[in-house]
Amino acid sequence: MKRLTTLRAIAALCLAAVSLAHAAPDAALVQRGESLARMGDCVACHSVPGKAPYAGGVPIDSGHGIIYSSNITPDRQHGIGAYTLQQFSDAVRKGVRADGTNLYPAMPYPNYAKVSDADIQALYAYFLAGVAPSPAQPPATNMQFPFNMRWGMGLWNAVFVDQQPFRPQPGWSAQVTRGAYLVEGLGHCGSCHTPRGLAMNEKAGGSADARFLAGGELVGWPVPSLRGMAHWSEQDVVDYLQTGRNRTAAVAGEMNQVVTHSTTHVADADVQAIAAYLKALPPAAQRSAEVKPQGAAATTRKLTAATNLTLGERLYLDNCAACHFVTGGGATRIFPQLDGATVVNADSPAGLIHVVLAGAKTPSTAKAPSVLAMPAFGARLSDAEVAELATFLRQAWGNGAAAVSAREVEKVRARLAAH
Amino acid sequence: MPNITLDEVDVVVVGLGWAGSLMAIELAKEGLKVRALERGPDRTSEDFAYPKPADQYAYAIRDKVFATPREAALTVRYKREETALPTRKWGAFAPGTGVGGSGLHWTGVLIRPTPTDLKLKTYADHAYKRGTLDPDMRIKDFPFTWDEIEPHYDFFDKVCGLSGKTGNLRGQVQPGGDPFEGPRSSPYPLPALHDTLNCSMFADVARRQGYHPFPNPSANVSQAWTNPYGAQIAPCNYCGYCSKYACLNYSKASPQTTILDVLKRMPNFDYKVNANVIRVDLHADRKTARGVTYIDEHQREVFQPAKIVVLSSFQFANVRLMLLSGIGKPYDPVTEQGTIGRNYAFLSNGNATLFFKDKHFNPFATAGATGEMINDISPGNFDGPKLGFIGGAKIHSSQSSGAPIGAALPPGTPSWGKGWKEGMIDWYGRSMTIGITTTCMSYRGHYLDLDPNYKDPWGMPLLRMTFDWRENELKLQRYLREIVLGLAKDLKPDAMSENFLALDSHWDITKYVSTHNVGGAIMGSSPRDSALNRYLQSWDVHNVFVPGGNAFPQNFQANPTATIGAITLFAAEAIKKQYLKKPGPLVQA
Repeated sequence: MKRLTTLRAIAALCLAAVSLAHAAPDAALVQRGESLARMGDCVACHSVPGKAPYAGGVPIDSGHGIIYSSNITPDRQHGIGAYTLQQFSDAVRKGVRADGTNLYPAMPYPNYAKVSDADIQALYAYFLAGVAPSPAQPPATNMQFPFNMRWGMGLWNAVFVDQQPFRPQPGWSAQVTRGAYLVEGLGHCGSCHTPRGLAMNEKAGGSADARFLAGGELVGWPVPSLRGMAHWSEQDVVDYLQTGRNRTAAVAGEMNQVVTHSTTHVADADVQAIAAYLKALPPAAQRSAEVKPQGAAATTRKLTAATNLTLGERLYLDNCAACHFVTGGGATRIFPQLDGATVVNADSPAGLIHVVLAGAKTPSTAKAPSVLAMPAFGARLSDAEVAELATFLRQAWGNGAAAVSAREVEKVRARLAAH
Repeated sequence: MPNITLDEVDVVVVGLGWAGSLMAIELAKEGLKVRALERGPDRTSEDFAYPKPADQYAYAIRDKVFATPREAALTVRYKREETALPTRKWGAFAPGTGVGGSGLHWTGVLIRPTPTDLKLKTYADHAYKRGTLDPDMRIKDFPFTWDEIEPHYDFFDKVCGLSGKTGNLRGQVQPGGDPFEGPRSSPYPLPALHDTLNCSMFADVARRQGYHPFPNPSANVSQAWTNPYGAQIAPCNYCGYCSKYACLNYSKASPQTTILDVLKRMPNFDYKVNANVIRVDLHADRKTARGVTYIDEHQREVFQPAKIVVLSSFQFANVRLMLLSGIGKPYDPVTEQGTIGRNYAFLSNGNATLFFKDKHFNPFATAGATGEMINDISPGNFDGPKLGFIGGAKIHSSQSSGAPIGAALPPGTPSWGKGWKEGMIDWYGRSMTIGITTTCMSYRGHYLDLDPNYKDPWGMPLLRMTFDWRENELKLQRYLREIVLGLAKDLKPDAMSENFLALDSHWDITKYVSTHNVGGAIMGSSPRDSALNRYLQSWDVHNVFVPGGNAFPQNFQANPTATIGAITLFAAEAIKKQYLKKPGPLVQA
């Protein structure tokens, strides 16, 4: 089951049917639409693994009830086969179904509003002619009051949704412009990476706002800022999106699915454009380290000597050092570097705790087929031990983040157990 | 028993270890529909996530990832006048089962034979006076040239991320490597592993005595490596759980770490586990196979039709399947007619253990392949012809594990109780070994056939092994012993124990040597005395290919995996470039 924060507490596609006959679109347009659908990661929410692609029925836990994604195959009765281009466009870009009712913004139409007319046409061509129709009928969405009042979304849209089309910033190269278009629109990166307001609205809709992609939190996971990507080169960003791993990091958490279903399938030039754009964004202000780092040499020396160890250090040697080494350096493209890692140094330790408890696994991609797994240590370490270990990690080498309590570990463990 | 027939495939691969995985990926990349049938269970990284494999009792003592005798037993005897008895517990060798096969639990020493090793018959005929060698010896040349096979060794080295020191680069001998190795077309992909105290001590004394030490060529990789298939191998962390274990760190080249994640992405490949192939089914003319029959996990008999059959299970399982299926004629040691079962060979080892009161060898920080070796005592490189035997050995100081059960203790230490405990406290980690891994020639009377008395759970006869040491191998052992003890004494240990064969020794099936069983379905240049041609194609049934150690006509001193990889890739290339265009015998008999 997918899970969303309250924001997305508010959403779904259940498209009814009015109709018009369509001429068969040309194959090139369908193919372009297919790669745009990959960019938009439509499959992630609209396909149940092992069932017909795009037939919907994926349960999305909004926190206020379960939203079931809709069937967006060209089946005329249960899917969108009867949609006109305009109706399709309104669903994707405005969150309005053919019958005039509102979708919940689990469907990222506030982002898709930036998609160009030409791309909407290609997507429409693909969904009508490139996808096999399926008569599957997803279960009905079941939201609690007052969220079951779909008309309420109209008010939310009026206040929070920027219906303006994509606007390039002055001074952007063609490549950066392309990257911005993809990130702001179909990529809907902001839906996780832009901080949310009280009504779960994204605080910024586009590149002009310094809060755009400045990081946030998603189901307890600290989502990093994508602005400037100070620690990564453009190639690092490209490698991460295409292979789920790069020189220093490996994908974990929700982003694993994004890489698997979306970014690994995106054309090289587009991934490079995304990287160029993210690198071009002015970085968010650096916060100063909460604690003074030990220094890389000091930590490495202490772990190498392995005498008078703290519990955290001892746990690191027993459980982690085999792959991440006493330097915290890991191994290029295989074992993530812990010294300086964003997830280790995040304000919230929840992501780090999650990985320690549940493990992580790189997706198998065309350019990096190896599935490299970090084991789950939840069964091996107690809450207090994980807290000691995480505290050590957050203050070892050049890392400088606050200590972790057993209570914080307990909360993450409880959340994991609930799934 | 219900009969099930599956959809036809282009290629069915029987056994998903090294040979099967290489064949499968090479042929799947060609666009063929490939299905692998594996006798044992699936084995994925979840099964050997840290710290699960760090369990000596489960893996090394209780054989966690090996075939059980129930599924893979054979019967054994020394000579044909005896009644063979079944192996009820593994001893001298221990075959794997399950996805990855023995490639999952091997140590990771990836070394090539020399060009002379591959042309041993030619060398023997040239170097030994007629009549000086055992008249029953039946050694043969491998049926290809060094230049033909080298590119495949080279590719397989890169598949595995071979770590070590180059000895001969395109004819130029390189410092620090093995000067006796055949010319390689490219250097070792990765630098050598870090050495340990035993390595440097052995290398020093060997060099002092005029030998040419070099690091054990290792498929426990020294650095992060991406292989030609795009698979990634991680740098070894020297945990010492290699031989008999699945690597917990993605650091040992195995089908899992080097091939299977790539193969599993291919839509034209799939595999079935717990699928125990019991025979190859032939067409009425017996010139081609139409598929294979296996018993599935529900004990149902299933027919898998296929255009090409690849037998890539363990050496003796391949030979047995050929015998059970009537592919080729069984070998008769009396008339020397027939080809299936001949030229079975094993290998011997031996060692001296050196104890030092004042040294810490830290054996718990090691890779399986950690060690230094010399190749000076290999055919053509020493005075074999004058000594009256043929063969040679790797002489090495390897430190493959520091696991506690069976840790070496000086002679006279009690094997249990208080005395043993005290011995462990005083001596654990204070010893090193100098060992030998030898050649083993093939003989007229060493062979494999179907046992007349013992059957498997499905009513089919077990394979019978007839094998013992011959004088040639025992003389070699005695000669190597002198060299090892000469090196050992020069290191001045405080105590020493030794373990070598005596001139009257019989083969001991109870003590582990190595799972380097070879021969039985050998490659050669004539269907008169070999089962397979140079492309591992059955001379008799042309759409059956049989890659594996079974194809070696005798055993060289190098570990077999590099050659199994190379000959499999050589065969795969012939299938792709020749057989698919024109199915039929690739070599005219």
